[in-house]
Amino acid sequence: MSSLETLVVLLIVAPILLSLAPIALGLRYDRVGWPVATITTAGLFAAVLALASDVFVAEGTNREVARIHVLGNFEAPMGIELVADPLSTLIALLITGTAFGVLLHTRTNGPRGNTFYTAYLLLVGGLLGITLTGDVFNLFVFLEITSLATYALVASGDGPESAVAALKYLILGTVAASLYLMGVGLLFMGTGTLNMADLAATIPTLESQNVTLARAGLAFIVIGFAVKVAQWPLHSWQPDAYQHAPDGVTPVIAALVSTASAYALGRVLFGVYGPEFVASTPNASTVVVTIGCLSVVAGSTLAVIQRDVMRLLAYSSVSQFGLIVAAYGVLTDQALSGALIHLVGHGLTKAGLFVAVGWIAIAHGARTVDEYAGLAGRQPFVAGAMAVLLLSLVGIPPSVGFVGKWYIALGAVEAQAWPVAAVILFSTMLTLAYVARLLETMYVTPPLDSAAEPAYDTPAATDGGHSSSSIATRKSVPLGTLTVLVLAAVLAVALGFAGELFVDVLEPFLESVLEVSS
Amino acid sequence: MIELLASHYAYVLVFVVLGIGLYMTIASQNLVKKLIGVNLFQSAIFLFFVATAYVEGGRAPILKTGTDAPLASPLPQVIVLTAIVVGIALTAVGLALIVRIHGEYGTLREDTLREVRTDE
Repeated sequence: MSSLETLVVLLIVAPILLSLAPIALGLRYDRVGWPVATITTAGLFAAVLALASDVFVAEGTNREVARIHVLGNFEAPMGIELVADPLSTLIALLITGTAFGVLLHTRTNGPRGNTFYTAYLLLVGGLLGITLTGDVFNLFVFLEITSLATYALVASGDGPESAVAALKYLILGTVAASLYLMGVGLLFMGTGTLNMADLAATIPTLESQNVTLARAGLAFIVIGFAVKVAQWPLHSWQPDAYQHAPDGVTPVIAALVSTASAYALGRVLFGVYGPEFVASTPNASTVVVTIGCLSVVAGSTLAVIQRDVMRLLAYSSVSQFGLIVAAYGVLTDQALSGALIHLVGHGLTKAGLFVAVGWIAIAHGARTVDEYAGLAGRQPFVAGAMAVLLLSLVGIPPSVGFVGKWYIALGAVEAQAWPVAAVILFSTMLTLAYVARLLETMYVTPPLDSAAEPAYDTPAATDGGHSSSSIATRKSVPLGTLTVLVLAAVLAVALGFAGELFVDVLEPFLESVLEVSS
Repeated sequence: MIELLASHYAYVLVFVVLGIGLYMTIASQNLVKKLIGVNLFQSAIFLFFVATAYVEGGRAPILKTGTDAPLASPLPQVIVLTAIVVGIALTAVGLALIVRIHGEYGTLREDTLREVRTDE
């Protein structure tokens, strides 16, 4: 076993074990959490980079390229394996990179205290587990580890509202995960195996009754993930959770938790069931496309009418993930690569945006769109980075948001799925509507007078405990926050030029998916 | 039909429990009862796994010579054990949140909670 294969298991074990360190060391030293968490995530990021440099340059199909760790030397399909193939390595890169970046931001702003960093490291461990696992039951366990850490992080916000938001999330999330488990049970009944690669080989050979079991399993799995990814009308936990989580936590939850679930859905649909089985199941792809399209329309429409910026961005996530799910349902390789690019691009964009919004809420107490008046004049760097990221959200070239949407639209047209193409156009216009409103407020509207009371009564505006509720003063941006914002903005544009690179990187995965289907 | 019910009654039972659990989760106004509903829902799925693993006349999957009765698959039991542990952790977190909500708002009922929150 080479050292790289050991790295794969360390990626999951290290954050989970080290999550105990902040509490244990906290008995003796104060403020030990941040250094431990930062060193750990930096190490994880470096490890994933090493893994990526090996996996991405290797030639061959998916299984040949992948670095596979067999746990306890029990060979699959009896044992459990962890798989780092091009796709999962790409998502792991996103997760560790964002987790490290957000920590730089929490150094000065974030929730403090050692228990916060314990939950944070657990979250990172669970997310990497979702990404790297090669076993559908282990996916459930890692989903629940991630969810538990997320509930705890959401509940750690100020005030009792966050506890209510977390309980809502817990009940919906648990039912969703249980539905997924039910799906796994039906799939296991039909095939007798839990290993993803083994399932992918077994499913096309199934006989009549077992096909029905696998299809029923597919239905449960899709609905379970629809809640986890926050698809309309199962999204209702998400805006509350995003809004009431501590401002330093929202970026990592918004950028990573739903992204990892959406990745897992793609993995199960394409890596386990395979496009051919989904296409041969009556109405399966129609249902998936419909869920996605409805979420796109409902999410964008709800985002347009929001006044709170965090809620606006949360509903925008509903719509962007709808696009990804709809692209999964189209079942062409163009749309699939578009969905995966959009997954990475959206994660990056949302992380940057929530860092900016969180910092503005902490420093200025500004939470509604109207309170952003005059932001550009006072905080040119923050406003500039936000503008770039918002434009990437709309899909203005040359940003990463454009590349993802372009490939999805191309795939939809290729498969003659006209509703998806129409929905992409429609949602782009709606996205532009709320982005333009925010940009206009930031750049054109003169700042509110700091002495005057705002004309409306929003309890959230006074949460920050600042005397002035508008952006009237110039506050210097902490270095960590600024670095993260500039990096996110630069990457959002740079990756826009790298669309071809993405497709090259994902090619082994797409090839192996198509191989199974052909 | 009757024959199918007689041989597959465990599955019928599982889906009845599943339905009751889901109904409690959605319809009950009491937060603790909601959480019990979630637990019931999960337990039904655990029972489902156990039911799938049942083998007529099967024996425990321990290798020994002497009997040639079919082995029952140990995997569903192992899965259920893991899932029960996960479920306990979730229940604990949920109850902790409920304690906090009760401490802040002084109520466990969802409708009262909604009223109290809109008043503020």
